Amino acid sequence: MSNRSVVPFGPQHPVLPEPIHLDLVLEDEVVVDAIPSIGFVHRGLEKLVEVKDFNEMAYVAERICGICSYGHGFGYCDAVEHIMNIEIPPRAQYLRTILFEMSRLHSHMLWFGLLADGFGFESLFMDAWRIREKLLDMLEEATGGRVIFSINKIGGMRRDIPKEMLKSFRQRLEDLTEDLKVTVRTLLEDPAVKSRLSGVGVLTADEVETLGAAGPFLRGSGIRRDSRKLGYLAYDDIDFDIITHNDGDTYARTYVRAMEILQSVDIIKQAIEKTPAGEVDVPVKGFPNGEYMTRIEQPRGEACYYVKANGKKFLERMRVRTPTFANIPALTASLRGSELADIPILILAIDPCISCTER
Amino acid sequence: MGALNFAGRALKNLFSAPATIKYPFEPRVYPEGTRGHVENDMDQCILCGLCQMRCPTKAITVDKGSQTWSIRPFSCIQCRCCVDNCPKKSLSMGLKYQEPGSVKVTKTFELSDKQKELLAAQQKAAAERAAAAKAAAAAKAAGGNAAAKPEAK
Ligand code: SF4
Ligand code: SF4
Repeated sequence: MSNRSVVPFGPQHPVLPEPIHLDLVLEDEVVVDAIPSIGFVHRGLEKLVEVKDFNEMAYVAERICGICSYGHGFGYCDAVEHIMNIEIPPRAQYLRTILFEMSRLHSHMLWFGLLADGFGFESLFMDAWRIREKLLDMLEEATGGRVIFSINKIGGMRRDIPKEMLKSFRQRLEDLTEDLKVTVRTLLEDPAVKSRLSGVGVLTADEVETLGAAGPFLRGSGIRRDSRKLGYLAYDDIDFDIITHNDGDTYARTYVRAMEILQSVDIIKQAIEKTPAGEVDVPVKGFPNGEYMTRIEQPRGEACYYVKANGKKFLERMRVRTPTFANIPALTASLRGSELADIPILILAIDPCISCTER
Repeated sequence: MGALNFAGRALKNLFSAPATIKYPFEPRVYPEGTRGHVENDMDQCILCGLCQMRCPTKAITVDKGSQTWSIRPFSCIQCRCCVDNCPKKSLSMGLKYQEPGSVKVTKTFELSDKQKELLAAQQKAAAERAAAAKAAAAAKAAGGNAAAKPEAK
């Protein structure tokens, strides 16, 4: 038996946009164990429910993370709306769907760039982010913010998106599609990229399911599970298929995310087409009383928002289960048995979001 | 195939103009409705204090004594709550993003002379009304309840 050595990976590492620490136990070049430790960006946001009233809490929820901020704001509002039995108008449902998919799109493009950067394909990285910038411009026009959108409130949307703007979004997405296709195809078909990703970090469907993985990580091992199919917002009226891949390796995870980019464009176009006219919010009276758990599909997988209220201005408890947190056990399992040089790619392929994980 | 496609794009990128704007030589055009920073029109404000009450980060301070309205821009999260709740529509969201800085400043604005006069006149009127109401109540109490509570004044 050869000697074992422990290599610390992170919390500061070139491939990591956010701090997570892994102790990699190596035998020669092969990882035999990976011990994660988190807690570098914990901010105690959940505790803030005790001092921020339930309307203001929406702004805190959004700030859990800067990439999936839209989903966090929406998930929290949705949970409180269920407690208060608020039915939001159909137009708001559709607008929320459109913005949710836009935010998935920009999140996936960010991941796309980071992954390309991770294996040294700099021009692809720049290209992905060039396209992402156009998406951010659209989001800024619609919501007034590039990172924190603050457009959801309890009871609907804080502002309407005019018809002409939706039309122009449709057109701009149409124009972007060709660009996106070339970029996505490059990632999926380039022989160098393919050989770098294929067969790395294989997990079977059984393994990912037992380890509780979420999102594209799960779907990359052939499990058809996507919370959007639960039918919240307007997803029931939209025709889309769950994208899966059966190989369970890094390429499969990449494939699922990359195809979801094109799928999101399609969903947005469908939703814009079907958006009805009408109000975008309903008046909210009184304080919430009860508890509810919302499940939504964030770009990185299923996220749950649990809210407990007791009829007062301040909530009793809010709890968020984020997809990256659920993905960590499966991530460490996928690291075991792989080469040290593959670690950055394996970590980037799950699109880790540590701010979400730690809140 | 993919690689060839991308080679075309990479070549094109070499000879085309950059995708970024040449800031600060070229101005950044903000879309309408960007939440940049909070502005207060001191010709409109009545120092009601609603904005201070509704601000989730307590970035606004309304001081009725010195008749000033101040904001700590580094605490402001650009949520637009204050703007939505201002009864006089004196607050608005400026498009330009909040400027960075090395010290946490507080920006204080004094009420315009016109508003000061208006508020003073309103206060005077309110004080007169209150005095009149008090006098009326006292008279009523003295008339109706004189026997029970003679010292009620
Ligand atoms: S809410 Fe408007 S009018 Fe009232 S103090 Fe604030 S800025 Fe002035
Ligand atoms: S924009 Fe929001 S955080 Fe900023 S001053 Fe207004 S209410 Fe406060």
